[in-house]
Amino acid sequence: MEPEHRAPLAWLRWETGLVLVVIAIGVLGVSTSSEFLTGNNIFNLGLQSGEIAIMALPMTLIVISGEIDLSVASIMGMSSALLGYLWHRHWSMLAIFAVILVVGVLAGAINGLLITRLRLPSLAVTIGTLGLYRGVADIVLGPNTVSNFPGSYANVGVSGVFNTNLSYSGAIFIVLAVIFGVVIHFTPVGRSIYAMGASPEAATFAGIRVKRIKTMLFIVSGVVCSLAGVLLTFRLSTSVNTNGLGLELDVVAVVLLGGVSIFGGKGTIVGVVLGVLAFAGLQNALLLTNFNQEAASIPVGGLLLVSVFVPIMAARAGRLRGVIPRRGAGTASPIGSGDE
Amino acid sequence: MAPAREPSGAPADAGSRRLTERVFRVRETGIIAVLALFVLVTALIQPRFVSSSNIQFILVNASVYALVALGETMVILTRNVDLSVQSVLALSAYLSAGMFGHVHGIPIPVVFLIGLGIGLAFGAANGIMVALGRVPSLVVTLATLYIIQGIDILVVGGNEVVASSLPSAFVAIPTVTVLDIPWLAIAVAVVIGAGAYYLRTFRSGREMYAIGSNPDGARLAGIPVARRVFTAFTLCGGIAGLGGVLWAAQYQTINTSAGGTNFSLIVIASAVVGGVAIFGGSGSVIGAGIGALLLGTINVALDVLGISDFWDQAIAGFLLLLAIAIDRGISVRLAAALRKRGADGGT
Repeated sequence: MEPEHRAPLAWLRWETGLVLVVIAIGVLGVSTSSEFLTGNNIFNLGLQSGEIAIMALPMTLIVISGEIDLSVASIMGMSSALLGYLWHRHWSMLAIFAVILVVGVLAGAINGLLITRLRLPSLAVTIGTLGLYRGVADIVLGPNTVSNFPGSYANVGVSGVFNTNLSYSGAIFIVLAVIFGVVIHFTPVGRSIYAMGASPEAATFAGIRVKRIKTMLFIVSGVVCSLAGVLLTFRLSTSVNTNGLGLELDVVAVVLLGGVSIFGGKGTIVGVVLGVLAFAGLQNALLLTNFNQEAASIPVGGLLLVSVFVPIMAARAGRLRGVIPRRGAGTASPIGSGDE
Repeated sequence: MAPAREPSGAPADAGSRRLTERVFRVRETGIIAVLALFVLVTALIQPRFVSSSNIQFILVNASVYALVALGETMVILTRNVDLSVQSVLALSAYLSAGMFGHVHGIPIPVVFLIGLGIGLAFGAANGIMVALGRVPSLVVTLATLYIIQGIDILVVGGNEVVASSLPSAFVAIPTVTVLDIPWLAIAVAVVIGAGAYYLRTFRSGREMYAIGSNPDGARLAGIPVARRVFTAFTLCGGIAGLGGVLWAAQYQTINTSAGGTNFSLIVIASAVVGGVAIFGGSGSVIGAGIGALLLGTINVALDVLGISDFWDQAIAGFLLLLAIAIDRGISVRLAAALRKRGADGGT
């Protein structure tokens, strides 16, 4: 049994399994509520999960490279707080966007440099910057709320792109998903990211600039998350220091649901897009039923457990180790180490 | 890097062992020194900071965090992580404190046992999945965090446990003092001391360090890895359950927001600030407890100094980054020193 021959099959299996899950969730939605497939609801679905979906894309690349970024929701909150603060100080929107872009680059660069140059574990570093960046939001905005954003921007939460049922965040997600998909699957940089996730030492010896690429990934994550912060602020038409609080775990959950290995080196953008659909669809379907919306985390958690156990059980049951190459032994490190 | 810091070391190599132990002592002394310096500077600016009542306030507030950090540290030592502690704490707080309303005159120790039991059950569930399922703990405990949070929301609904339903002896737990020291802080310190003694002295405790240092090596050495990992998660859950009961005694009004949004990450941060290596095999529960005390002291100090609460997060985050950077620096130096000793013939 040669794993190499079976690898494409395994790839297919994970994504096809997810397609079935997404279809099942769609059927659940349609059967429980006549509103599920209405245009209005599809707009809401895109609106509710758009920012999480957008942040999941750079997270996918980071996890494939063997690291993790838990500071995403704090970067989002920091960008949202800055937007509110500067708007309150009568800055022009263009200047605010420029500041937020720079702050996103800086936030990502701090993460990336601490992880690659000081060789610190990304799990610990980004728990630290999770506090630090959220702290900046706290300091900038304090207990204040800014909500007098102009209607043309706040429109993001009311109408879709070109008056369709596609929310702006949904549209941006689709465009970014294509870009990220091309980069990770069809460019040398993408191949390098898989290589460093699978084996940092081998990648380094193969001449891949592991540190540089990882730093770039964290910077991209910082920029994308600050963009998500802008979208969230306009959607809610509110800037408060708690915007996006706790969303980092949702982002990680979506990525893992999409079949990306927490140990790095494995995963696809197609899988993550399906993971986003499953996550968003499930939450939305439960919203339409009488199920307590807050408790929607139970099925999401259940789905996450199923996603991690099914491949392992399948492999054990059929003695097909290597056929479904996904996730490793329990006591291995949860995240690739900061060393390379 | 991990093997170089493995505390048991090779018994034959007494020289490197002594060096390792010395650095370990330095690492805990380091965080104590930071804490002392912090208290000193704050006290010089605002003498009321070291008033008896303020110190009691700090100790009581840090107690729950330090206690849960004990369990979390055991898990981290085995190169795992438990993100679900905050949900276990919240659910245990509501269910255990709610018993006072359901069962009239229920003894307080029974309520503590209920909290412990709830925690042990969830901890064991995590442990079974991680140890026997051999799936990454980050994924498993993220999933159980979601599930237990959801259960909490379903169970609590719009209700809450109100202070008036709690017996006065229960509510008094955080306020009782012995020689001006809160009884709660002493109890937590004793439990942490017992945990430290267990990890340092008992075979199964030492094996947790070995597993975190080198999982494959531990397995080859005949250590029952799955059983030890299961034990660590079960104890961690049980301790989080006890933490829930203490949380209820302290805050008295219990709804779904007990514990707060980032409790798990704060507890992990406490351990890391206290010198516990995030990839296992190194650190002590005493360090983790002092880490929790340091983070708690910072919060209160900023308050006393008249600095807005809104600075807390940023400063705590910055300190965490500083702590792991210093830890990294020490481990690099130590590895270099051990190599040098090895080259010199190891005296």
